[in-house]
Amino acid sequence: MMIEFWVILTGVLVGITCGIAGVFLILRKMSMIADAISHTVLFGIVMAFIITQSLNGLWMLVGAAMAGILTAYLVQLLQSSGIQEDAAIGVTFTSLFALGVLLITLFAGNIHLDVEHVLMGEISFVPWDKWTFLSITMPKAVWMLLLVLVINVAFLFLFYKEMKLSTFDYVYATTIGLPVILLHYVFITTISLTTVAAFDSVGAILVVAMPIGPAATAYLISKSVKEMFLWSMCFGVASAILGYYVAKWLDTSIAGMMAAAVGVIFLVIFLIDKLQQHLNKRAVASRGSF
Amino acid sequence: MLSGNLLWVLTGTMLLGIAAGITGTFSFLQKQSLVGDAAAHATLPGIALAFLLTGQKELPVLMIGAALTSALSIYCIQWIVTYSKLKADAAIGLVLAVFFGVGIVLLTIVNRSPLGNQSGLNDFIFGKAATMTKSDLTWLLMSAIIIIAVSLLMYKEWKLIIFDPVYAKGIGLPVGALKACLTALIVMTIVTGIQAVGVILISALLIIPAASAKLWTKRLNTMLLFSAITGGLAGVAGTFISSLRVGLSTGPIIVLCASSIFFVSYLFSPKSGQLSKYIRKNKFQQGEV
Amino acid sequence: MEALIVENLSVAYDKKMVLENANVSVPTGHLSAIIGPNGAGKSTFLKAILNQLPNKIGKIEILGKAFSPKSLVVGYVPQRNAVDWDFPTTALDVVLMGRYGHRGLFKRPTKKDRAIAMQALTSVGMQDFTERSIGQLSGGQQQRVFLARALAQNAEVYFLDEPFAGVDAATEKTIIDILKNLKAQGKSIFVVHHDLQTVTEYFDYTILLNKTILAAGKTNEIFTKEKLQQTYGGKLLMMETLSGEI
Repeated sequence: MMIEFWVILTGVLVGITCGIAGVFLILRKMSMIADAISHTVLFGIVMAFIITQSLNGLWMLVGAAMAGILTAYLVQLLQSSGIQEDAAIGVTFTSLFALGVLLITLFAGNIHLDVEHVLMGEISFVPWDKWTFLSITMPKAVWMLLLVLVINVAFLFLFYKEMKLSTFDYVYATTIGLPVILLHYVFITTISLTTVAAFDSVGAILVVAMPIGPAATAYLISKSVKEMFLWSMCFGVASAILGYYVAKWLDTSIAGMMAAAVGVIFLVIFLIDKLQQHLNKRAVASRGSF
Repeated sequence: MLSGNLLWVLTGTMLLGIAAGITGTFSFLQKQSLVGDAAAHATLPGIALAFLLTGQKELPVLMIGAALTSALSIYCIQWIVTYSKLKADAAIGLVLAVFFGVGIVLLTIVNRSPLGNQSGLNDFIFGKAATMTKSDLTWLLMSAIIIIAVSLLMYKEWKLIIFDPVYAKGIGLPVGALKACLTALIVMTIVTGIQAVGVILISALLIIPAASAKLWTKRLNTMLLFSAITGGLAGVAGTFISSLRVGLSTGPIIVLCASSIFFVSYLFSPKSGQLSKYIRKNKFQQGEV
Repeated sequence: MEALIVENLSVAYDKKMVLENANVSVPTGHLSAIIGPNGAGKSTFLKAILNQLPNKIGKIEILGKAFSPKSLVVGYVPQRNAVDWDFPTTALDVVLMGRYGHRGLFKRPTKKDRAIAMQALTSVGMQDFTERSIGQLSGGQQQRVFLARALAQNAEVYFLDEPFAGVDAATEKTIIDILKNLKAQGKSIFVVHHDLQTVTEYFDYTILLNKTILAAGKTNEIFTKEKLQQTYGGKLLMMETLSGEI
């Protein structure tokens, strides 16, 4: 059935795109920045609406990307002036989120931008909102996710080794002249774009689960960054598909169930990994006793 | 202009601000501010579950549910950090997102049930300070007072376990139990606050007053005092401003009041404000130090 | 030619002055120890040279020029506890990072880079651990991998931040042999060092640091009881009684 196909495809694309974006988030210990951006994206979207007076997806992407950069910049600014990181993040995103909510009630009235939609998203509405481009007709969300996926892949293709090195050893990266600050902000931009593209289908808050969860799970079992990318995408896709069918079975929020599936997959992999470590230790111990 | 009900709500949000300012300072000093954010999001599944299991929407029942899942989320974060190589930020983000996701799943189920539509559980996402009933307020006032009283009682012990846990253990303090008690009180603050400002923004009341206070002082008791005043002030001012116009939600405005105080402190505090830092830096570069 | 010239360097962290008016000039071709008590500003000194601190004044020159990262003349080996050992990467991968600067943006390391990286790993005796996760190496092995990375970079001036902290005796020997070998090739090496007993044995040049540069020069001229007393103050007496001699 076509509708089901589009919903699953959207979920799978969210899984892949976020799975890619999440790897360096985890490695750079920036998970909570992503969480912050997922909140402040609301502010960017509202500002884009107030300025352009339209709900055009492209302007929203721009607004969200700018809000994401603003968030990262503010956090950096507060941190560099001696405020501890968790508080810097907390102050920034709660303030911008509160401002976003206030602006909605003041200026955006009762249009499509109602807050609950922003928060929860409704992936099951995805198939009805279509765009035609190059005489191909697909849901708008699929177009947006594909666009962001291409951007993410291109970013990695161009800057993979620079990102890896500046993440692993920041000081060394600066001593051989890598543009670490530029990389940081370009990366933040891709995170913001990923967040807003996923936001329309799975909701701004739930979109935290997709970048962080699959990559965190992959981090437990990967030996190299490349391996981590592969696992992260696999877990993202698996969460999306598992979440969809369980939600359909229970007749409840698809996006919420996808986030829950992320948690279940993490727990399973975590336990398997622990079990394996335990068995390895036992094997070594019993060998030692002979 | 100050109707009787508004006066009650003002008292309630003020005491909530004070309570959050105090417990927030302790979690700030333990660098646990964002754990509070996760714990706040994690109240949602508890609220929905409590309603689904009991079929009641009495506040105490929902609050107990909220407290249980919230505490569980904190436990999960600690568990992940201890037993896996994941760092704290990833653990917090993961737990926050998964609990909130489960919360939305359950809330959707509640909303589809025949009773659920009128349950008003959705109000917990953004809070409903302005339309709290007398009995809601009674609960809020009571727990805020308990939180403040317990914090003042335990102040010395907590100070010790935060700044010098080894010494605290040495003189025979039950460090584990005291920490658990502090966590319980933070959870209680969150659970008390969500009906007024909502699960998404309650963490702001824990973080922003404490972060502002830190800009003015390094001494714990002054910091607690300043943080409590900031929280209380933000509660009162936010509630008052939002009562001036219909349709303004209280939670975001309380948060913005707190952010304004933070912003002023950030720029102008004599110790760590940007202005005085800028002056000192100039002096240094001209070699006047 | 001077490997390192520092003139009137002062660094402040907000209200606190960490380094004040430090001056030093070290010719090329020396293996130098940077020593001083805890909190003397050794790490700050290193960070200032590597251009990591915004709030500093003074002039710093490496090989006669202001530090320019693109020139790749500086090889840096971080302190072991500054590294995230859970990062999913292998020993060979880390050493290959030493070649990234030579490749520039958008390009992948070549076969030649791999060969150089393997050679560097071999020279530190780690050729059998190429595919091992860095988290599964011992402290000494980890330190060797990072030294190999600096070798693969083929820099002119090397800065090592406490390379002997927490490593085994065999590794310490390997590292110092490699550093001496680099010196023989005319390279300049600066090592933040803790163990006063090995200074005369390992280093031919010594920089004494405590809030400022107190003395610098050939080790046999600088490493005197009097100058150490001045650098370490009361702390030295305690160390003397512990170790019996200096």
